Parts: sequence; C-alpha cells; structure tokens
Amino acid sequence: MNKQVALKADDAKKTADGKEFNIRDYLRLDLFPHFMCPGCGHGIALRALLWAIHEQGIDKDKLAVVCGIGCSGRVGGYIDANTFHTTHGRPLAYATGLKMARPDLHVVVITGDGDCLAIGGNHLIHAARRNLDITCLMLNNEIYGMTGGQGSPTTPRDRFTTTTPAGNREPVFDACKLAEAAGAGYVGREVTIHLPRLRDLIAGGLAHKGFSFIEVMSDCTEVNGRKNDLGSSPEMVLGQTRTMRPPDYEYDSNVVDHPFRPSGLHTGVFVQSDRPEYGAAYRDMSEKLQQGRTKP
Amino acid sequence: MNSMTGQANTVNLQGNKACALGAVAAGCRFFAGYPITPSSEIAENLAKELPAVGGVFLQMEDEIASMAATLGASMGGIKAMTATSGPGFSLKQENLGYGMGAEIPCVVVNVMRGGPSTGLPTRPAQGDIMQTRWGTHGDHPVIVLAPGSVEEIYQQTARAFALSEKLRTPVIVLFDESLGHLVETVALPDVADYEKTVRKWATGKPEDYKPYHGDADGVPPMARPGDGFRVHTSGLTVAENGFPTQKPHEVDALMKRLLGKVALNNDLIESFEAVECKDAEVVIVALGVVGRAARKAVKELREAGIKAGLFRPVTLWPFPTESFRKQTAKARHIIVAEMNAGQLIHEIAEVKTGKQKVTGLNRYDGVPISPVDIKKTVKEVLGHE
Repeated sequence: MNKQVALKADDAKKTADGKEFNIRDYLRLDLFPHFMCPGCGHGIALRALLWAIHEQGIDKDKLAVVCGIGCSGRVGGYIDANTFHTTHGRPLAYATGLKMARPDLHVVVITGDGDCLAIGGNHLIHAARRNLDITCLMLNNEIYGMTGGQGSPTTPRDRFTTTTPAGNREPVFDACKLAEAAGAGYVGREVTIHLPRLRDLIAGGLAHKGFSFIEVMSDCTEVNGRKNDLGSSPEMVLGQTRTMRPPDYEYDSNVVDHPFRPSGLHTGVFVQSDRPEYGAAYRDMSEKLQQGRTKP
Repeated sequence: MNSMTGQANTVNLQGNKACALGAVAAGCRFFAGYPITPSSEIAENLAKELPAVGGVFLQMEDEIASMAATLGASMGGIKAMTATSGPGFSLKQENLGYGMGAEIPCVVVNVMRGGPSTGLPTRPAQGDIMQTRWGTHGDHPVIVLAPGSVEEIYQQTARAFALSEKLRTPVIVLFDESLGHLVETVALPDVADYEKTVRKWATGKPEDYKPYHGDADGVPPMARPGDGFRVHTSGLTVAENGFPTQKPHEVDALMKRLLGKVALNNDLIESFEAVECKDAEVVIVALGVVGRAARKAVKELREAGIKAGLFRPVTLWPFPTESFRKQTAKARHIIVAEMNAGQLIHEIAEVKTGKQKVTGLNRYDGVPISPVDIKKTVKEVLGHE
C-alpha cells in the first residue's frame, strides 16, 4: 500500500485540548546547549518527534524513549520523559522487554543507521516480525558521526569516509524495504527539510498499533558533508530533496543524475497494515491460560 | 504428602525446573531467553509457567537481545530473569555490565558446560568461575550464587531475586550441566520472604529526587516509569542526577558507591557451607556439584582417621573471605577441587592468611570430580609431607 502523506495547510496544529505545541514543554532545558553540531539534522528530527507526541496527546510521564549509541543515541536524553540510553545496537531489544512489561507506556526508539542496521540489524528484523507496539525512528545520516566519520551500511556509493578513503564500494541498505519485508506494520521515510510532513509521518507511527519504522534522512555536515564537498547544511538538505521521489515513482534506472547520491530517494508512507500487534496477542493468550480456558 | 517418601511438600524435580519454579515463587514475572544446552529447560518451564500467572515469556532473537529485554523489563519495574550457558553468557557480557552500571536489578542464570567455544554442550564444567567475576569490561560490582543441589537451586534462585532487588544490581546464579539435569526428590523451601523483597521505589517530590544518590546502604531508590519522575538512565558514567559526567570527583564517587554497595551489604550476601572444618588438617574447597563429592570424601576420610573438612562457598562472589579464613585457621593443607584448569585456586591463594599449602585438583574432561579423586589427592598431599 503506497500512500503519500499530504502537506497540512495549518502547520500550527493543536491538540484536542487546544494547546499549541511549544517544544520547550518537552525538553530538558537545563541540559542545553545540546551536543549536536551546527547543521545536524537530528535536532529537526527531534522537533518533529516532539511535535507529533504533542499532537497525539501523549503524556510525558507515560512516554519512554529508548536510545542506542551514537549521535542518534544522545538525542533522547534531551526529552523530558522516561529516557533510556542503552547499549550500541540494542535499543529495540531493551524496548521489547520494556513494552512487554509495561504495555501502558508509549515506547519510542531513537536509533541510527549504524546502530539499527549494522550492529543492531538482527533486532530490527525481529522487532518488525514480532510487530510489538513500538515506534522506531531511525535517524539516517549515512555515517558513524560520533566515532569520527566511518562508513555505515547506508553510506552511498563512492562517498569518502575515514574507513572508505578511496570511496565507498559497498552497496547500501534500503532500511524501509528491510523493515517492510520483515513485517513492520507501518513504514515510511522523510527528509528533515519537510518538517510538517515528517511530523505527520511520525504521528502516524505513534498512532499505529504495531511496530512502526520511520527512516529520517538526516544530514551530517561535519564529518560527512565536509569530507565529500556536499556543502553546508542547507545545500545538503536541498541535495536530499532534489533526489526525492514519491513512493510510487518508478525509475527507468536506479541512477539519479545528482552529485548528492547515485540513486533516488523514495519518501512517504510505504506500508500501513493491520497485522495483529504482538503484545495484545500475548496478553490474550495469557488471560486465557490464567482462566484455565486452554491448556498450555 | 509424597507417596514415595512419606514426607510433606516433597517433589521430584529437575535442577533446571527448580530454577524456573524458584524464580516464579520469588515473584519473577518476566523471562527472555534463547535456546541453549544445557539450560533450555529453564526457558521451557517458564514458557509454560509465566503466562499462566500473568507474566511474560519471550524467546528473543539472540542471547544479547535476551539480556537486553530482561533489563528493559526490569527498567519497567518487574522482576526479570534470563538463563543461558557458557557461549550465551559470553554474549550477554556487555549488557550485563549495563545492568551493573545503570543499577538495574535482574537475575542471570548460567548453567555451565565444557569450554572453550562450543566445547561440551551436554557435559558439566566449572570453567566460568572467573568469567562471572570479570566477564564484563571495566570495574563492576558482582554477586554470584552457586547452589549445590536441586533444592538449593530453587532456594538460591529465589534469593538471587531478593538480593538483586534490594541492592539494585544483577545477580548471577551459577551451576552446571550435571546439577541442571539432575532429578532429586526435594522439599521445596519457603521463599516467601524473598518474594516480598522488592526494590526501593522513589517517592516524594520529583524535583528533589536524585536517581543515583545512594541511601545509607549505598543503594539509590529507583524511579518507576509512569510515576512522574521522568529520569534518564544511561550506561555512561553519570552524576547523581543521572546525566553523564566526566568530572573526576563525580566519577570517583559513583565508582566508590557502585563497588562499595556490595561490600557494605556483605552480611546479607555472604553464604557458605562448612563441614568439619574446626579441627581439619586438610580443607577441601569445592563449589556446586563438587561439594557433594567432597562431602562424601570428608565423611570417608574422617572414618579413616584423617581430619578432613569441606568449605563450600554458596556465595561465590564476593568470596566469603573472612569466613573462609576462620574455617581454615587450623588447616595445614587446602585442596581446591574444581572442574576447570584452575580458577578458584587463585582466589584461595590470595585470601588465605596462614601457611597452608594450596593444591589444585582439576578435571576438565566433562566428568564431575568424584569422592575417589578427592580422597586420592588428600592422601597424596598428606603423604608428601
């Protein structure tokens, strides 16, 4: 099911109680200034997430944000909620235990391309297969930023990084196709420059009952952009938008004539299904067992 | 009433099943695991038991995820456990360290098999004695309980939950294939007190709460998600407010409290068995299943006029040093009998105070040390004087 998220006319949307979104209500302001480099897209992703949380009317006390390691892993700490900065690649596994133990919590995972697709790849495919009600935001900056700019599973072909000094020859992962194939109930991708669209994509994930996977195309100006002459942050995000294609766009070939990336970038909602959510299915079984209606 | 034994409350039980039942009796309501011989029966039993009591059983995609999900569940506020064997225990080490550093209670069971690597999946060994102490990176607090019978597996698994909750740290339960698969007729001990022991929860005003400020017992109350505290939990070195720090005095204070809380509560943690040690010339130090062989050997040596004794640490780590010193004060010889190439012997050599000669008795051929092995070594040691 392919569906483009339409731009909303009124971006300053309000919650049911009419309160306008103010990002300060959701941040730990005493931790500022934040760690992010100038031009980093992660802050925009954070804003989109908090905005979506506000729109969905999620109580901060009932919000659990689980992060892994890397630049994406540090983002969650700024959210005024129950935040867990776990180990590299494992936030989905921690979140799985947390959500099964506490179905009353809204569990959001913030992870990165290295965290989620390399060291934590196994947890992504099984979280998608299990379809537990978790919203997973993968901030894809196509690089290991925190460790100084090594190539990641999403580093485009020919890109220079500290571990691909002659240009990257490894093929890239399409994280959304991976999540879809593994069974995620809600899958989408968006770029940071379209903040309202990103907000709505995330809100759709938060509202979805089941595992939702949202890939946010972030930009790393400091250790990715600079090394590859991709320009400053505005130039990088413009590069992203120029290679963007709607979900149903069919390429004649996978090559896009743009220096930013060799292949085009589909954005929008790719999957929206009503596969049974695992937590509910488990609790249903457990309740029947407790009432002695079925034998184990 | 058991028709075979005529005793009340006795039951025929396998070691691994006793572990599962002890966990449930102690209030465990979450288990995440991955199939591995020889510990799989723990998962299989909990897959049956937990959903029937409203708990959660999860078979995760790998050993690492099992450890992570267990910690995740405990962060949510419920008593959680995972179980594995050597190769899986190796894989769990990083996240086990997260539990120690971020102070998240849980129980980790390691049913040892022969190693290294895939080794002897269906044969017993005690090759993980040092891995339980030093397995995860960095300095860390460690509590390891090493039961020596099916009844003790039930009891010590339940006790592991109580210690873990009270001290806000993972507790490891360590036994081996032979005990895990042993079926004995046992009287199930009362573990109600362990079941009642739950962690200190944060109360009061959220603005006054410091998530990593220890009470007098070195243990900080934990904030339950949803209670309004909205704290940050991290594997990074944190200040008392829970946020990362690199300030030397804050790092030093955290490490002193983390490592100190185990020493501070040693009276609660320590447990051992001493048999005929008071006047013993030769004390056998044995762990877990080897204690059973040693007990028999001591009895037979005493009958033959040799003053032998047994010291069996039930709490392996922190090693019950002072008690060991008292129990071996009169001994001239200490024999460390262990199913590995020599691990516990290093601790014994370090903590002994007298002039006792320390001798190792080691088997690593997948066969438990027998009373005959122990008696032979005792006689050799005494004959060589």
